[in-house]
Amino acid sequence: MEIHYLTAHQLKDRLEKRQISCTEIVEGVYLRIEEVGDRLNSYIRLEKESALSRAGEVDKLISAGSDIEDFMGIPIAIKDNICTKNITTTCASRILENYIPIYNATVIDRLESRNYILAGKANMDEFAMGSSNENSYFGTVKNPWDTDRVPGGSSGGPAVCVAAGEAVCSLGSDTGGSIRQPASLCGVVGFKPTYGMVSRYGLVAFASSLDQIGPLTRDVEDCAAMLNIICGYDRKDSTSINVEVPDYKSFLKADIKDMRIGVPKELMVEGIDREVKEAVYRIIKLVEDMGGIVEEISLPSLEYALSVYYIIAPSEASSNLSRFDGVRYGYRNVEAGALREMYRRSRAEGFGDEVKRRIMIGTYCLSAGYYDAYYEKAQRVRTLVINDFKKAFEKFDVLISPTSPTTAFKIGEKMEDPLTMYLSDICTIPVNLAGLPAISIPAGLSGSKLPIGLQIIGNVLREDNVLKVAYSLEKAIGFTGRPGL
Amino acid sequence: MKNEYEPVIGLETHVELYTNTKMFCGCRLSFGEEKNIYTCPVCLGHPGSLPVINKKAIEYAVKIALALNCKIKKYTIFHRKNYFYPDMPKNYQISQYDMPLGVGGYLDIDMGSYIRRVGITRVHMEEDTGKLLHKGTTGRISESEASIVDFNRAGTPLIEIVTEPDIRSPGEAKGYMITLRNLILFLNVSDCSMEEGSLRCDANVSVRKTCEDKIGTKNEIKNLNSFKFLQKGLEYEVKRQIKVLETGGEVIQQTRHYDSKTGTTKVLRSKEEAHDYRYFPEPDLVPIYIEDKMIEDIRKTIPELPSVKAKRFEKQHGLPKYDSSFLANNKDLSDYFEQCCRHYNNAKNIANWIMGDFSALLNKEKIIIKDSRVTPENLCKMLEIIDKGKINSKIAKAVFEEMFSTGGDPQKIIEDRGLEQISDEGLLEAIIEEVVKDNPGAVEQFREGKDKAIGFLIGRVMAKTKGKANPRIVNDIITKKLS
Repeated sequence: MEIHYLTAHQLKDRLEKRQISCTEIVEGVYLRIEEVGDRLNSYIRLEKESALSRAGEVDKLISAGSDIEDFMGIPIAIKDNICTKNITTTCASRILENYIPIYNATVIDRLESRNYILAGKANMDEFAMGSSNENSYFGTVKNPWDTDRVPGGSSGGPAVCVAAGEAVCSLGSDTGGSIRQPASLCGVVGFKPTYGMVSRYGLVAFASSLDQIGPLTRDVEDCAAMLNIICGYDRKDSTSINVEVPDYKSFLKADIKDMRIGVPKELMVEGIDREVKEAVYRIIKLVEDMGGIVEEISLPSLEYALSVYYIIAPSEASSNLSRFDGVRYGYRNVEAGALREMYRRSRAEGFGDEVKRRIMIGTYCLSAGYYDAYYEKAQRVRTLVINDFKKAFEKFDVLISPTSPTTAFKIGEKMEDPLTMYLSDICTIPVNLAGLPAISIPAGLSGSKLPIGLQIIGNVLREDNVLKVAYSLEKAIGFTGRPGL
Repeated sequence: MKNEYEPVIGLETHVELYTNTKMFCGCRLSFGEEKNIYTCPVCLGHPGSLPVINKKAIEYAVKIALALNCKIKKYTIFHRKNYFYPDMPKNYQISQYDMPLGVGGYLDIDMGSYIRRVGITRVHMEEDTGKLLHKGTTGRISESEASIVDFNRAGTPLIEIVTEPDIRSPGEAKGYMITLRNLILFLNVSDCSMEEGSLRCDANVSVRKTCEDKIGTKNEIKNLNSFKFLQKGLEYEVKRQIKVLETGGEVIQQTRHYDSKTGTTKVLRSKEEAHDYRYFPEPDLVPIYIEDKMIEDIRKTIPELPSVKAKRFEKQHGLPKYDSSFLANNKDLSDYFEQCCRHYNNAKNIANWIMGDFSALLNKEKIIIKDSRVTPENLCKMLEIIDKGKINSKIAKAVFEEMFSTGGDPQKIIEDRGLEQISDEGLLEAIIEEVVKDNPGAVEQFREGKDKAIGFLIGRVMAKTKGKANPRIVNDIITKKLS
């Protein structure tokens, strides 16, 4: 197989056997980027020069006899809302087009300590708001399985990089499905950890109580290895959980005998494509064949999850994004003659439509006289969602559902209808509201050769169950599809 | 009765805490150094940065709340207060809203003839903003070409103390601020300098007829940034509102700005223009649980507070009420006073010196007592020397002035300058003999029963001895000699 389609653990193996050098890996990936990059638009910024020079350094370390750790010398794409010191971090927004962070996100520091290689900063929906990666100031990202279709979002770039061989793996962020949904649409593995397991320090906030960084990889093994690096307490993030981090790779056992698996019926209703549903049923059959116990379960509050999300997320966003004002950094309208005008014009010209829409929704929801009816009420319903999941996990080890109700849709298809677009995240949003860990793994291809994703949801801090089921099903499904690019 | 109005005033006070580091990041607090040097991604509001609560600031806040007799909430959270202004790095301030740290306290204000108990509605924590510097010759925003922002102050821990509308006159408002300042200085958590802006105050003012229970429409007055301006601003505002009502008008709810140059208040914004701060719980921070043990531990660190101390001074040292509260209200003075009491047992004498000559010199030099060169030991030594009759009070004044400027030992100063009082009767008798001889007129008057004359004669003796003669002995000798 071409270098650019190998997984990180396969590459590690070859590095250990001296069958390949790190420089060759980076060159291989960049060759691929040059080949398909223009068609996919998955990167906002490439770091070829520094990547090659880092690769040279890592090769020296290896020939000096250094142990080869996971992701050492592996080119990784980083979503462009994760701060990289001295390297632009744009959030795919004009307002941060030239913003250069003065510090590294905690996850970047952790990767750097493992001698990873930054392949580039991956494209995304502006400020992580979107489900199709059409909301980028730097242009739409294309799905490698069909370049007329969207890759999903908001981590469209990170998903496409991994799917098309433009990076070995990537880091994305997930607020309502932004890792899992594009992973599903692009046929890769995407994981959103328990809220608080990965430090948010240096992740440009969209909705603070929902955001979580996570990996996009080619298989579950790479995913577990990446969790080993990025998970763990960080005193710079007050919401980070101070618990001992397990070795996630130790959960990679193909054994789900007697595991109890629930299927929330609210996530298998109308709006879900027939083919997607059928894929889930096929997997249910597989699970049962492997000795797992599958049952349907009802989580009645999930009906309100989307509404709750579209109050809480924009509310927090409206406040989080108010710092982009042209005063200290980022885009500023220099013609404005007065302060208010400078604010108004900088923000009007700096933000895209979807971001403005959400800022307006959020500002409205928090306004005097509306707060109780919207934000306050949404928080109460959020508690109901949490309680429904709690109850479900008394009975089940994991829950499974489609990741996305549909396969990749056509570019432009839903842009004029935000509400339909918002439905793309109907299966993933409840997970963020409850702060749960969940993965999307490829479940097969549709008739028109588009990937279908399966979501596996675990209880809080039960990444172990999620990984165990994901690993087992990955082996059983045996998905080997590659986009014909 | 119909035309008598009374003011109804509530105060909102901000106190900057002097912790080592800022409220939500590890940056040092600054004291007017080079601009923007104590900053980091967090206090500059850079994308992706997150706040982390400074535990020391919570401790200090609890300390203040306890000293104000507040109930401490065991579960408290931060909110975001959203509004755009260039001195606010995030365009929201992390503050507290409906779940403040402390509630339901009070502070007693000694107004001399009565005590006013002012209810404390709430004590809460928040972060300070940066400072805007307007470039231009006047430094005023309206006349400046550009403004620059200094973020050194951004993120400094702030405590806001809100009172009930219990204050009934501008004088009481001033009394409240002075009492509050003294109290916080005792707690050693802020330097409470109104000049430096570490103690700031806004007022809510309304007036009503004394026979009414209902509170009138209030105005918020900003920029009352000294004790004097607080009183003057309120006096003006109260008069203004009464005038409006007397002339048949209606007080309109506004935020007004006190202009110290004109001594008036001007409209800053109307009720309609008031901000909608869109408060919501700060999602980047987790709730704070304050355990009983923490509260008790902090309670133990609270020193004796002014009102209690004053009572003790009266009882323990037998000081009059005025002296007791004068000393007790000032931490430095009362500490100094008590140190002196360890060396010398006439407390009233100590108090007289501290409140009199000593304070006068301190005020003149604009220093505080603990920075003066007069140690409590030396002051007491001097008092003993006076008691022993070695110097009189006039000489003592001069000795003290020298102690104040050089920090010298009083005994040594007296010796070096030969200031010791002359009590040698033989020596004095000879001088008196001369004086009597030289002033026959005065002698005659004395013998005729004019008491004034003896004063003149004593004065002559003092002049001849350069003030060193013991006036009591001189008096005795003259009286004996001439009668």
